[in-house]
Amino acid sequence: MNFFEDIRIGEKRELGRHTFTAEEIKTFAKAFDPQPFHLDEEAAAKSHFRRLCASGWHTAAVCMKLLIEDRRRRVAEAQARGEPIAAWGPSPGFRELKWLKPVYVEDTISFATEPVETRISQSRPGWGIVTMRHTGVNQHGETVYSILVSAFVQRRTA
Amino acid sequence: MPRIYWEDFTPGSIETYGPRVVTREEIVAFAAEFDPQPMHLDEEAARATLLGGLAASGWHSCAIVMRMICDGFMLDSSSMGSGGIDEVRWLRPLRPGDSVTVRRTTLETRASRSRPNMGTATFLFELVNQHGETVMTMRCTIMFGRRKTAPAASAASAS
Repeated sequence: MNFFEDIRIGEKRELGRHTFTAEEIKTFAKAFDPQPFHLDEEAAAKSHFRRLCASGWHTAAVCMKLLIEDRRRRVAEAQARGEPIAAWGPSPGFRELKWLKPVYVEDTISFATEPVETRISQSRPGWGIVTMRHTGVNQHGETVYSILVSAFVQRRTA
Repeated sequence: MPRIYWEDFTPGSIETYGPRVVTREEIVAFAAEFDPQPMHLDEEAARATLLGGLAASGWHSCAIVMRMICDGFMLDSSSMGSGGIDEVRWLRPLRPGDSVTVRRTTLETRASRSRPNMGTATFLFELVNQHGETVMTMRCTIMFGRRKTAPAASAASAS
C-alpha cells in the first residue's frame, strides 16, 4: 500500500473533520501558546481576533492526527487484502505553512491531502520523498490552513 | 501593557531563550494525542525506524519552540499573531532528556503600508540541543503593534 511508486500527483484525499472546542483550544494554548486570544474569551474579545481562536500549532497538530488516523485505516484495508505495506519515514520539514483565517471556537475544519511533488532520495537508497499539500477548510467553505510537507516513503523496488 | 513593540526588533540581533528539558513523558503524551507513530511512542518500536530511537514529533518540537518564544518575549510584546511559517527543517531527532535552547535571529523588519499601527518582523528560530547541535530551524514572520500609536488601539482596532 502506498509505496513511493503508487503516489499520484494531484490525487486528493479527504482526511476527516475536527471540531475545535473551547476546552481543547485552551488546554493546547496553556501548554504551548499562552497568548491571551487563545486562552480566554474576554481577552480574545478585546484582541484583533474578536473571539477565542485556536493556536495555529493546534490546527497543524490536529491535521497530523487526522493524517495518522487515515493512514491507519488504509493500512488495515491493505492488510485485509493481503497487500504489502510501505513504510513512511520521518519528515525533513515543511514550507509555506499558511494560517489564512482564524480557527474560532466550535469551528469544524475538514482536512485533505494531495501529493504535489515526488523525487527519489539521494541520501537514502530505497526511499523516495513526497511533498504533499495539506489543507483545512471551515464550515463556511473558507480555507483556513495550507501547508507543503515532505516525507520519506519506501520505494517498491527497494 | 506590552514591553516590546515592533520598533524594538533590530535586523541582525540575536537572543537566546531557555534552556528547557524535554521529558519522555511529554514526548509520549503529545504523540499519543496528535502524532501516534511508533518512533514517537515506544522506545523499542522506535529503534527499528529511520530515527533509530524514541524522538519527539516534529509538531511537538514546533510547539516547544512556540512555548519558549512565548515565555522568552512574545507574551511581553505587542504580538498580533502570524499568518504562517515560511519554512521548518527537522534536522535531528529531539530525544527524551534533551536540554534545548532557542536562538532567535531577527532577519528583517517591515512597517505595514496598509495598517500604520502594525509592522512585521521576520525571524530565524533555531532549536539547539545540549551538544550544540541544531535540532530544528524555523523561519517565520510575526505581526506586532507599533509603539507610536496608542498601544490599546493597536490591539483593538487592527481590523
